[in-house]
Amino acid sequence: MSDKVPGDLRYTKSHEWVRQVHGETPNGTIEIGITDHAQSALGDLVFVEVPEVGRALSAGEACAVVESVKAASDVYSPLAGKVVANNEALAGKPELLNEDPYGAGWLFRLETGAAANAASLMSASAYETLLAEESK
Amino acid sequence: MGLKTPLYDTHVRQGAKIVDFGGWDMPLHYGSQIEEHHAVRRDAGVFDVSHMAIVDLTGVRVREFLRFLLANDVGRLKTVGKALYSCMLLPSGGVIDDLIVYFMSDSWFRMVVNAGTRDKDLAWITKHAADFDVTTVERKDLAMIAVQGPNARRKTASLLSPPQQAAVLELKPFFGAPFGSWFAARTGYTGEDGFELMIPAAEVADAWAGLLAQGVKPAGLGARDTLRLEAGMNLYGNDMDENFHPLESGLAWTVAFEPADRGFIGRDALERARREGGRELVGLLLEERGVLRSHQKVLLAGSAGAAADGEVTSGTFSPTLNRSIALARVPKTSQPTVQVEIRGKLHAARIVKPPFVRHGKPLIDIS
Repeated sequence: MSDKVPGDLRYTKSHEWVRQVHGETPNGTIEIGITDHAQSALGDLVFVEVPEVGRALSAGEACAVVESVKAASDVYSPLAGKVVANNEALAGKPELLNEDPYGAGWLFRLETGAAANAASLMSASAYETLLAEESK
Repeated sequence: MGLKTPLYDTHVRQGAKIVDFGGWDMPLHYGSQIEEHHAVRRDAGVFDVSHMAIVDLTGVRVREFLRFLLANDVGRLKTVGKALYSCMLLPSGGVIDDLIVYFMSDSWFRMVVNAGTRDKDLAWITKHAADFDVTTVERKDLAMIAVQGPNARRKTASLLSPPQQAAVLELKPFFGAPFGSWFAARTGYTGEDGFELMIPAAEVADAWAGLLAQGVKPAGLGARDTLRLEAGMNLYGNDMDENFHPLESGLAWTVAFEPADRGFIGRDALERARREGGRELVGLLLEERGVLRSHQKVLLAGSAGAAADGEVTSGTFSPTLNRSIALARVPKTSQPTVQVEIRGKLHAARIVKPPFVRHGKPLIDIS
Protein backbone atom coordinates (compact mmCIF):
# COMPACT_ATOMS: atom_id res chain seq x y z
CA MET A 1 0.00 0.00 0.00
CA SER A 2 1.69 3.20 -1.13
CA ASP A 3 0.98 6.58 0.41
CA LYS A 4 -0.11 9.52 -1.73
CA VAL A 5 2.39 12.39 -1.82
CA PRO A 6 1.09 15.27 -4.01
CA GLY A 7 3.93 16.97 -5.89
CA ASP A 8 2.69 20.54 -5.36
CA LEU A 9 2.92 20.47 -1.55
CA ARG A 10 5.76 20.89 0.96
CA TYR A 11 6.34 18.49 3.85
CA THR A 12 7.89 18.13 7.30
CA LYS A 13 9.72 15.28 8.98
CA SER A 14 6.84 15.00 11.44
CA HIS A 15 4.43 14.22 8.55
CA GLU A 16 2.61 17.52 8.14
CA TRP A 17 1.93 18.89 4.66
CA VAL A 18 1.99 22.57 3.70
CA ARG A 19 0.11 24.23 0.85
CA GLN A 20 0.79 27.79 -0.32
CA VAL A 21 -2.49 29.67 -0.33
CA HIS A 22 -2.80 32.09 -3.25
CA GLY A 23 -5.52 34.54 -4.12
CA GLU A 24 -7.39 36.81 -1.75
CA THR A 25 -5.49 35.75 1.37
CA PRO A 26 -2.38 37.71 2.37
CA ASN A 27 1.07 36.74 1.17
CA GLY A 28 2.76 33.95 3.00
CA THR A 29 -0.41 32.22 4.09
CA ILE A 30 -0.11 28.46 4.23
CA GLU A 31 -2.59 25.65 4.83
CA ILE A 32 -1.49 22.75 7.01
CA GLY A 33 -2.63 19.18 7.43
CA ILE A 34 -1.27 15.71 8.07
CA THR A 35 -0.11 13.46 5.26
CA ASP A 36 -1.78 10.38 3.85
CA HIS A 37 0.99 8.35 5.44
CA ALA A 38 0.28 9.92 8.84
CA GLN A 39 -3.49 9.31 8.73
CA SER A 40 -2.93 5.75 7.56
CA ALA A 41 -0.46 5.07 10.38
CA LEU A 42 -2.82 6.55 12.98
CA GLY A 43 -5.88 4.61 11.84
CA ASP A 44 -9.49 5.74 12.28
CA LEU A 45 -9.44 9.28 13.68
CA VAL A 46 -12.03 10.09 16.31
CA PHE A 47 -11.01 13.48 17.71
CA VAL A 48 -9.19 16.50 16.32
CA GLU A 49 -8.23 19.64 18.21
CA VAL A 50 -7.14 22.58 16.06
CA PRO A 51 -5.42 25.80 17.22
CA GLU A 52 -7.58 28.87 17.88
CA VAL A 53 -7.69 31.66 15.34
CA GLY A 54 -5.35 34.45 16.40
CA ARG A 55 -2.93 32.19 18.22
CA ALA A 56 0.76 32.93 17.51
CA LEU A 57 2.83 29.83 16.83
CA SER A 58 6.55 29.30 16.66
CA ALA A 59 8.10 26.85 14.21
CA GLY A 60 7.98 23.30 15.59
CA GLU A 61 5.43 24.17 18.28
CA ALA A 62 2.89 21.46 19.13
CA CYS A 63 -0.38 23.16 18.18
CA ALA A 64 -2.97 20.56 17.24
CA VAL A 65 -3.89 17.07 18.38
CA VAL A 66 -5.19 14.23 16.25
CA GLU A 67 -6.50 11.19 18.08
CA SER A 68 -7.29 7.84 16.63
CA VAL A 69 -9.10 5.06 18.46
CA LYS A 70 -5.73 3.88 19.68
CA ALA A 71 -3.58 6.95 20.40
CA ALA A 72 -3.22 10.72 20.53
CA SER A 73 -0.62 12.40 18.35
CA ASP A 74 0.63 16.00 18.29
CA VAL A 75 0.75 18.11 15.15
CA TYR A 76 3.59 20.63 14.94
CA SER A 77 3.49 24.00 13.26
CA PRO A 78 5.82 23.80 10.24
CA LEU A 79 6.64 27.53 10.42
CA ALA A 80 6.21 30.50 12.73
CA GLY A 81 3.12 32.63 12.23
CA LYS A 82 -0.39 33.51 13.29
CA VAL A 83 -3.40 31.19 12.92
CA VAL A 84 -5.91 32.85 10.56
CA ALA A 85 -8.36 29.98 10.07
CA ASN A 86 -9.08 26.50 11.34
CA ASN A 87 -11.17 23.64 10.03
CA GLU A 88 -14.28 23.61 12.21
CA ALA A 89 -15.81 20.74 10.23
CA LEU A 90 -13.34 18.34 11.86
CA ALA A 91 -15.04 18.73 15.25
CA GLY A 92 -18.08 16.86 14.00
CA LYS A 93 -16.40 14.77 11.30
CA PRO A 94 -12.86 13.78 12.30
CA GLU A 95 -13.02 11.01 9.71
CA LEU A 96 -12.54 13.69 7.02
CA LEU A 97 -8.87 13.42 7.93
CA ASN A 98 -8.85 9.76 6.92
CA GLU A 99 -10.99 10.23 3.85
CA ASP A 100 -9.36 13.33 2.35
CA PRO A 101 -6.14 14.24 4.18
CA TYR A 102 -5.01 16.77 1.55
CA GLY A 103 -8.43 18.37 1.02
CA ALA A 104 -11.43 18.39 3.37
CA GLY A 105 -9.17 17.16 6.18
CA TRP A 106 -7.01 20.31 6.35
CA LEU A 107 -6.28 21.50 9.91
CA PHE A 108 -5.49 25.22 9.97
CA ARG A 109 -4.13 28.21 8.03
CA LEU A 110 -1.14 30.18 9.15
CA GLU A 111 0.00 33.65 8.11
CA THR A 112 3.78 33.48 8.01
CA GLY A 113 4.57 36.97 6.63
CA ALA A 114 6.50 35.97 3.53
CA ALA A 115 5.63 33.63 0.69
CA ALA A 116 9.19 32.35 0.46
CA ASN A 117 9.08 30.80 3.92
CA ALA A 118 7.48 27.54 2.81
CA ALA A 119 10.28 26.95 0.32
CA SER A 120 12.52 25.97 3.23
CA LEU A 121 10.41 22.86 3.83
CA MET A 122 10.84 19.43 2.23
CA SER A 123 9.80 18.83 -1.36
CA ALA A 124 7.55 15.92 -2.31
CA SER A 125 10.50 13.90 -3.55
CA ALA A 126 12.46 14.53 -0.34
CA TYR A 127 9.42 13.43 1.68
CA GLU A 128 9.06 10.28 -0.41
CA THR A 129 12.70 9.49 0.33
CA LEU A 130 12.01 9.98 4.05
CA LEU A 131 9.03 7.58 3.89
CA ALA A 132 11.14 5.01 2.06
CA GLU A 133 13.83 5.25 4.75
CA GLU A 134 11.30 4.99 7.59
CA SER A 135 9.76 1.85 6.14
CA LYS A 136 13.13 0.05 6.09
CA MET B 1 10.59 -10.14 14.78
CA GLY B 2 8.17 -11.46 17.33
CA LEU B 3 6.41 -14.75 17.93
CA LYS B 4 3.90 -15.73 15.28
CA THR B 5 0.60 -17.57 15.54
CA PRO B 6 -0.37 -20.25 12.96
CA LEU B 7 -2.55 -17.55 11.31
CA TYR B 8 0.21 -14.96 10.86
CA ASP B 9 0.59 -15.50 7.08
CA THR B 10 -3.19 -15.37 6.71
CA HIS B 11 -3.29 -11.97 8.45
CA VAL B 12 -0.53 -10.56 6.26
CA ARG B 13 -2.30 -11.78 3.11
CA GLN B 14 -5.50 -10.07 4.30
CA GLY B 15 -3.68 -6.74 4.63
CA ALA B 16 -3.45 -6.62 8.43
CA LYS B 17 -1.44 -3.92 10.11
CA ILE B 18 0.82 -6.01 12.35
CA VAL B 19 1.95 -4.76 15.77
CA ASP B 20 3.89 -6.19 18.67
CA PHE B 21 1.64 -7.38 21.49
CA GLY B 22 3.41 -8.99 24.45
CA GLY B 23 6.17 -10.26 22.16
CA TRP B 24 3.75 -11.52 19.49
CA ASP B 25 3.28 -10.15 15.96
CA MET B 26 -0.47 -9.66 15.95
CA PRO B 27 -3.02 -7.94 13.67
CA LEU B 28 -4.08 -4.50 14.97
CA HIS B 29 -6.68 -4.11 12.22
CA TYR B 30 -7.31 -5.12 8.60
CA GLY B 31 -8.10 -1.60 7.35
CA SER B 32 -10.61 0.02 9.69
CA GLN B 33 -10.72 -0.75 13.38
CA ILE B 34 -14.09 0.98 13.73
CA GLU B 35 -15.71 -1.07 10.95
CA GLU B 36 -14.42 -4.25 12.60
CA HIS B 37 -15.91 -3.09 15.90
CA HIS B 38 -19.32 -2.48 14.30
CA ALA B 39 -19.17 -5.84 12.48
CA VAL B 40 -18.91 -7.61 15.84
CA ARG B 41 -21.72 -5.56 17.41
CA ARG B 42 -24.04 -5.97 14.42
CA ASP B 43 -23.11 -9.25 12.68
CA ALA B 44 -20.01 -11.38 13.31
CA GLY B 45 -16.26 -10.94 13.55
CA VAL B 46 -13.37 -13.33 14.16
CA PHE B 47 -10.22 -12.66 16.19
CA ASP B 48 -7.00 -14.63 16.30
CA VAL B 49 -6.26 -15.12 19.99
CA SER B 50 -3.72 -17.91 19.54
CA HIS B 51 -1.15 -15.86 21.44
CA MET B 52 -2.98 -16.73 24.64
CA ALA B 53 -1.75 -19.83 26.45
CA ILE B 54 -3.88 -22.94 26.87
CA VAL B 55 -2.73 -25.05 29.80
CA ASP B 56 -4.11 -28.48 30.70
CA LEU B 57 -3.91 -29.44 34.36
CA THR B 58 -4.35 -33.12 35.23
CA GLY B 59 -4.26 -35.22 38.37
CA VAL B 60 -6.68 -36.74 40.83
CA ARG B 61 -6.25 -33.72 43.16
CA VAL B 62 -6.62 -31.09 40.42
CA ARG B 63 -9.86 -29.63 41.78
CA GLU B 64 -8.39 -29.35 45.27
CA PHE B 65 -5.33 -27.64 43.75
CA LEU B 66 -7.35 -25.06 41.83
CA ARG B 67 -9.50 -24.30 44.87
CA PHE B 68 -6.23 -23.30 46.57
CA LEU B 69 -4.65 -21.53 43.57
CA LEU B 70 -7.57 -19.36 42.40
CA ALA B 71 -9.61 -16.62 44.07
CA ASN B 72 -12.83 -17.87 42.48
CA ASP B 73 -13.98 -21.33 43.53
CA VAL B 74 -13.84 -24.17 40.99
CA GLY B 75 -15.97 -26.04 43.52
CA ARG B 76 -18.80 -24.13 41.82
CA LEU B 77 -18.19 -26.11 38.64
CA LYS B 78 -20.59 -29.06 38.91
CA THR B 79 -21.20 -29.84 35.25
CA VAL B 80 -18.55 -31.01 32.78
CA GLY B 81 -17.77 -28.27 30.26
CA LYS B 82 -18.61 -25.37 32.58
CA ALA B 83 -16.17 -22.46 32.62
CA LEU B 84 -15.20 -20.05 35.40
CA TYR B 85 -13.48 -16.66 35.26
CA SER B 86 -11.00 -16.07 38.07
CA CYS B 87 -8.00 -14.13 39.25
CA MET B 88 -4.81 -15.87 40.33
CA LEU B 89 -3.37 -13.91 43.24
CA LEU B 90 -0.13 -13.33 45.09
CA PRO B 91 -0.26 -13.71 48.89
CA SER B 92 -0.43 -9.87 48.93
CA GLY B 93 -3.70 -10.05 46.98
CA GLY B 94 -2.05 -8.55 43.88
CA VAL B 95 -3.32 -10.06 40.63
CA ILE B 96 -0.82 -12.34 38.85
CA ASP B 97 -3.28 -12.85 36.01
CA ASP B 98 -6.94 -13.22 35.15
CA LEU B 99 -7.96 -16.42 33.40
CA ILE B 100 -10.71 -18.80 32.40
CA VAL B 101 -10.74 -22.37 33.64
CA TYR B 102 -12.84 -25.16 32.11
CA PHE B 103 -14.01 -28.27 33.96
CA MET B 104 -13.12 -31.04 31.49
CA SER B 105 -13.32 -34.06 33.83
CA ASP B 106 -12.76 -34.90 37.50
CA SER B 107 -9.02 -35.19 36.82
CA TRP B 108 -8.63 -32.59 34.06
CA PHE B 109 -9.15 -28.82 33.99
CA ARG B 110 -8.16 -26.53 31.13
CA MET B 111 -6.95 -22.99 31.75
CA VAL B 112 -6.54 -20.07 29.32
CA VAL B 113 -4.13 -17.34 30.45
CA ASN B 114 -2.87 -14.09 28.96
CA ALA B 115 0.02 -14.01 26.48
CA GLY B 116 2.02 -11.32 28.25
CA THR B 117 1.97 -13.21 31.55
CA ARG B 118 2.40 -16.78 30.29
CA ASP B 119 5.93 -17.33 31.63
CA LYS B 120 5.32 -16.10 35.16
CA ASP B 121 1.91 -17.81 35.21
CA LEU B 122 3.37 -21.17 34.22
CA ALA B 123 6.19 -20.82 36.74
CA TRP B 124 3.71 -19.98 39.51
CA ILE B 125 1.24 -22.73 38.61
CA THR B 126 3.94 -25.39 38.23
CA LYS B 127 5.56 -24.46 41.53
CA HIS B 128 2.32 -24.95 43.47
CA ALA B 129 1.07 -27.89 41.39
CA ALA B 130 3.88 -30.11 42.64
CA ASP B 131 2.37 -30.17 46.14
CA PHE B 132 -0.84 -31.61 44.70
CA ASP B 133 0.74 -34.04 42.22
CA VAL B 134 -0.88 -32.06 39.40
CA THR B 135 0.75 -32.09 35.96
CA THR B 136 0.67 -28.98 33.76
CA VAL B 137 1.02 -29.19 29.99
CA GLU B 138 0.89 -26.14 27.72
CA ARG B 139 -1.10 -26.96 24.58
CA LYS B 140 1.07 -25.25 21.98
CA ASP B 141 -0.47 -27.60 19.42
CA LEU B 142 -3.77 -25.72 19.69
CA ALA B 143 -4.61 -22.39 18.08
CA MET B 144 -7.47 -20.27 19.36
CA ILE B 145 -9.91 -17.98 17.57
CA ALA B 146 -12.88 -16.03 18.92
CA VAL B 147 -15.99 -15.69 16.74
CA GLN B 148 -18.16 -12.95 18.23
CA GLY B 149 -21.34 -11.13 17.33
CA PRO B 150 -25.11 -11.69 17.12
CA ASN B 151 -24.69 -14.01 14.11
CA ALA B 152 -21.40 -15.59 15.24
CA ARG B 153 -22.81 -18.85 16.61
CA ARG B 154 -24.98 -19.57 13.59
CA LYS B 155 -22.15 -18.85 11.15
CA THR B 156 -19.68 -20.94 13.14
CA ALA B 157 -22.10 -23.85 13.39
CA SER B 158 -22.45 -23.97 9.61
CA LEU B 159 -18.85 -25.22 9.40
CA LEU B 160 -19.72 -28.33 11.41
CA SER B 161 -21.54 -31.54 10.52
CA PRO B 162 -25.36 -31.47 11.01
CA PRO B 163 -25.34 -33.42 14.32
CA GLN B 164 -22.50 -31.23 15.62
CA GLN B 165 -24.36 -28.08 14.52
CA ALA B 166 -27.33 -28.92 16.67
CA ALA B 167 -25.11 -29.68 19.65
CA VAL B 168 -22.90 -26.58 19.37
CA LEU B 169 -25.97 -24.33 19.15
CA GLU B 170 -27.25 -25.89 22.36
CA LEU B 171 -24.17 -24.88 24.35
CA LYS B 172 -25.22 -22.61 27.19
CA PRO B 173 -23.29 -19.42 28.04
CA PHE B 174 -19.96 -20.19 29.71
CA PHE B 175 -20.02 -23.84 28.65
CA GLY B 176 -17.62 -25.61 26.31
CA ALA B 177 -17.47 -29.04 24.67
CA PRO B 178 -15.42 -30.96 22.09
CA PHE B 179 -16.65 -31.10 18.49
CA GLY B 180 -14.40 -33.44 16.53
CA SER B 181 -10.90 -31.94 16.76
CA TRP B 182 -12.29 -28.60 18.01
CA PHE B 183 -13.12 -27.45 21.50
CA ALA B 184 -15.84 -24.80 21.33
CA ALA B 185 -16.89 -22.63 24.27
CA ARG B 186 -19.64 -20.03 24.47
CA THR B 187 -17.35 -17.40 25.94
CA GLY B 188 -15.73 -14.19 24.75
CA TYR B 189 -14.33 -10.76 25.46
CA THR B 190 -16.65 -8.45 23.53
CA GLY B 191 -20.02 -8.32 25.30
CA GLU B 192 -21.58 -10.18 22.38
CA ASP B 193 -22.68 -13.77 22.01
CA GLY B 194 -20.28 -16.13 20.27
CA PHE B 195 -17.70 -18.85 20.61
CA GLU B 196 -14.08 -19.20 21.47
CA LEU B 197 -12.67 -22.11 19.47
CA MET B 198 -9.56 -24.14 20.24
CA ILE B 199 -8.47 -25.79 17.02
CA PRO B 200 -5.35 -27.85 16.09
CA ALA B 201 -2.79 -25.41 14.67
CA ALA B 202 -2.67 -27.29 11.35
CA GLU B 203 -6.45 -26.88 10.85
CA VAL B 204 -7.02 -23.31 12.00
CA ALA B 205 -6.31 -21.57 8.68
CA ASP B 206 -9.05 -23.65 7.03
CA ALA B 207 -11.48 -22.80 9.82
CA TRP B 208 -10.61 -19.10 9.48
CA ALA B 209 -11.19 -19.23 5.70
CA GLY B 210 -14.47 -21.06 6.26
CA LEU B 211 -15.70 -18.38 8.63
CA LEU B 212 -14.76 -15.60 6.20
CA ALA B 213 -16.67 -17.45 3.48
CA GLN B 214 -19.72 -17.25 5.78
CA GLY B 215 -19.32 -13.45 5.88
CA VAL B 216 -17.54 -13.28 9.23
CA LYS B 217 -15.23 -10.24 9.23
CA PRO B 218 -11.63 -10.56 10.45
CA ALA B 219 -11.08 -8.24 13.41
CA GLY B 220 -7.85 -7.16 15.07
CA LEU B 221 -6.64 -6.35 18.55
CA GLY B 222 -7.74 -2.71 18.13
CA ALA B 223 -11.42 -3.64 17.84
CA ARG B 224 -10.95 -6.27 20.56
CA ASP B 225 -9.88 -3.50 22.92
CA THR B 226 -12.75 -1.10 22.18
CA LEU B 227 -15.27 -3.96 22.36
CA ARG B 228 -14.02 -5.27 25.70
CA LEU B 229 -13.93 -1.78 27.19
CA GLU B 230 -17.51 -1.08 26.07
CA ALA B 231 -18.40 -4.42 27.67
CA GLY B 232 -16.78 -3.25 30.91
CA MET B 233 -14.22 -6.04 30.88
CA ASN B 234 -10.81 -5.56 32.44
CA LEU B 235 -7.52 -5.82 30.59
CA TYR B 236 -4.63 -7.30 32.53
CA GLY B 237 -1.75 -4.83 32.81
CA ASN B 238 -4.12 -1.86 32.48
CA ASP B 239 -6.99 -2.35 34.89
CA MET B 240 -5.30 -4.73 37.28
CA ASP B 241 -1.83 -6.06 37.94
CA GLU B 242 0.30 -7.29 40.83
CA ASN B 243 0.05 -3.90 42.58
CA PHE B 244 -3.73 -4.00 42.95
CA HIS B 245 -6.11 -6.58 44.39
CA PRO B 246 -9.41 -7.63 42.78
CA LEU B 247 -11.58 -5.60 45.16
CA GLU B 248 -10.06 -2.34 43.88
CA SER B 249 -10.14 -3.62 40.28
CA GLY B 250 -13.88 -4.12 39.82
CA LEU B 251 -13.44 -7.87 40.30
CA ALA B 252 -14.99 -8.44 43.74
CA TRP B 253 -17.63 -10.55 41.98
CA THR B 254 -14.92 -13.04 40.99
CA VAL B 255 -13.69 -13.63 44.55
CA ALA B 256 -15.43 -16.48 46.36
CA PHE B 257 -15.21 -15.68 50.07
CA GLU B 258 -17.75 -18.42 50.69
CA PRO B 259 -17.30 -21.12 51.83
CA ALA B 260 -15.36 -19.40 54.61
CA ASP B 261 -13.18 -22.44 55.24
CA ARG B 262 -11.68 -22.52 51.73
CA GLY B 263 -8.10 -21.35 51.98
CA PHE B 264 -6.74 -19.79 48.78
CA ILE B 265 -3.64 -17.79 47.97
CA GLY B 266 -4.34 -14.12 48.73
CA ARG B 267 -7.37 -14.76 50.95
CA ASP B 268 -5.92 -13.19 54.13
CA ALA B 269 -4.93 -10.01 52.28
CA LEU B 270 -8.37 -9.73 50.69
CA GLU B 271 -10.13 -10.24 54.04
CA ARG B 272 -8.13 -7.30 55.41
CA ALA B 273 -8.77 -5.17 52.31
CA ARG B 274 -12.48 -5.93 52.54
CA ARG B 275 -12.59 -4.48 56.07
CA GLU B 276 -10.48 -1.43 55.22
CA GLY B 277 -12.29 -0.24 52.09
CA GLY B 278 -10.14 1.90 49.80
CA ARG B 279 -10.31 2.41 46.09
CA GLU B 280 -12.64 1.09 43.46
CA LEU B 281 -12.76 0.76 39.71
CA VAL B 282 -15.54 2.80 38.12
CA GLY B 283 -16.73 3.54 34.63
CA LEU B 284 -16.40 7.07 33.23
CA LEU B 285 -18.29 8.76 30.41
CA LEU B 286 -16.61 11.92 29.15
CA GLU B 287 -19.19 14.71 29.03
CA GLU B 288 -17.18 16.77 26.53
CA ARG B 289 -15.30 16.13 23.31
CA GLY B 290 -11.94 14.41 23.61
CA VAL B 291 -10.62 10.96 24.37
CA LEU B 292 -9.91 9.43 27.77
CA ARG B 293 -6.63 7.49 27.90
CA SER B 294 -4.93 5.32 30.48
CA HIS B 295 -2.85 7.17 33.11
CA GLN B 296 -4.80 10.42 32.87
CA LYS B 297 -5.35 11.92 36.31
CA VAL B 298 -8.86 11.85 37.79
CA LEU B 299 -9.79 14.57 40.30
CA LEU B 300 -12.71 14.33 42.67
CA ALA B 301 -14.52 17.57 43.47
CA GLY B 302 -13.14 19.08 46.65
CA SER B 303 -10.23 16.68 46.76
CA ALA B 304 -7.45 18.33 48.70
CA GLY B 305 -4.41 16.81 47.12
CA ALA B 306 -2.75 14.05 45.16
CA ALA B 307 -3.72 11.41 47.72
CA ALA B 308 -7.36 11.85 46.82
CA ASP B 309 -6.78 11.60 43.09
CA GLY B 310 -7.55 8.67 40.88
CA GLU B 311 -6.28 7.48 37.53
CA VAL B 312 -7.76 6.28 34.27
CA THR B 313 -6.73 2.64 33.80
CA SER B 314 -8.21 2.13 30.30
CA GLY B 315 -9.74 4.78 28.10
CA THR B 316 -10.87 4.93 24.52
CA PHE B 317 -13.35 6.28 22.05
CA SER B 318 -16.45 4.10 22.03
CA PRO B 319 -17.56 3.50 18.45
CA THR B 320 -21.01 2.33 19.60
CA LEU B 321 -21.71 5.35 21.82
CA ASN B 322 -19.72 7.84 19.74
CA ARG B 323 -18.34 9.14 23.05
CA SER B 324 -15.23 8.56 25.08
CA ILE B 325 -15.42 6.00 27.90
CA ALA B 326 -12.98 4.71 30.48
CA LEU B 327 -12.35 2.60 33.50
CA ALA B 328 -10.69 4.51 36.35
CA ARG B 329 -9.43 3.65 39.81
CA VAL B 330 -10.65 6.27 42.28
CA PRO B 331 -11.13 6.64 46.03
CA LYS B 332 -14.61 5.41 46.98
CA THR B 333 -16.99 8.28 46.30
CA SER B 334 -20.67 9.05 45.98
CA GLN B 335 -20.05 11.98 43.64
CA PRO B 336 -21.82 11.72 40.29
CA THR B 337 -19.02 13.41 38.33
CA VAL B 338 -15.24 13.83 38.34
CA GLN B 339 -12.71 15.91 36.44
CA VAL B 340 -10.16 14.26 34.17
CA GLU B 341 -6.96 16.03 33.20
CA ILE B 342 -6.35 15.74 29.45
CA ARG B 343 -3.20 17.53 28.21
CA GLY B 344 -3.24 19.98 31.12
CA LYS B 345 -6.95 20.84 30.91
CA LEU B 346 -9.75 19.57 33.13
CA HIS B 347 -12.76 17.91 31.52
CA ALA B 348 -15.95 16.73 33.22
CA ALA B 349 -16.73 13.01 33.23
CA ARG B 350 -19.70 11.20 34.71
CA ILE B 351 -19.30 8.11 36.86
CA VAL B 352 -21.31 5.26 35.36
CA LYS B 353 -21.66 1.56 36.08
CA PRO B 354 -20.07 -0.68 33.45
CA PRO B 355 -20.83 -2.39 31.14
CA PHE B 356 -21.37 0.52 28.76
CA VAL B 357 -22.65 -1.70 25.93
CA ARG B 358 -23.89 -5.26 25.79
CA HIS B 359 -25.47 -7.29 22.98
CA GLY B 360 -25.35 -4.32 20.62
CA LYS B 361 -27.24 -1.98 22.97
CA PRO B 362 -26.02 0.99 25.01
CA LEU B 363 -26.62 0.34 28.71
CA ILE B 364 -25.87 3.84 29.95
CA ASP B 365 -27.65 7.11 29.34
CA ILE B 366 -25.47 9.16 27.00
CA SER B 367 -27.74 12.20 26.76
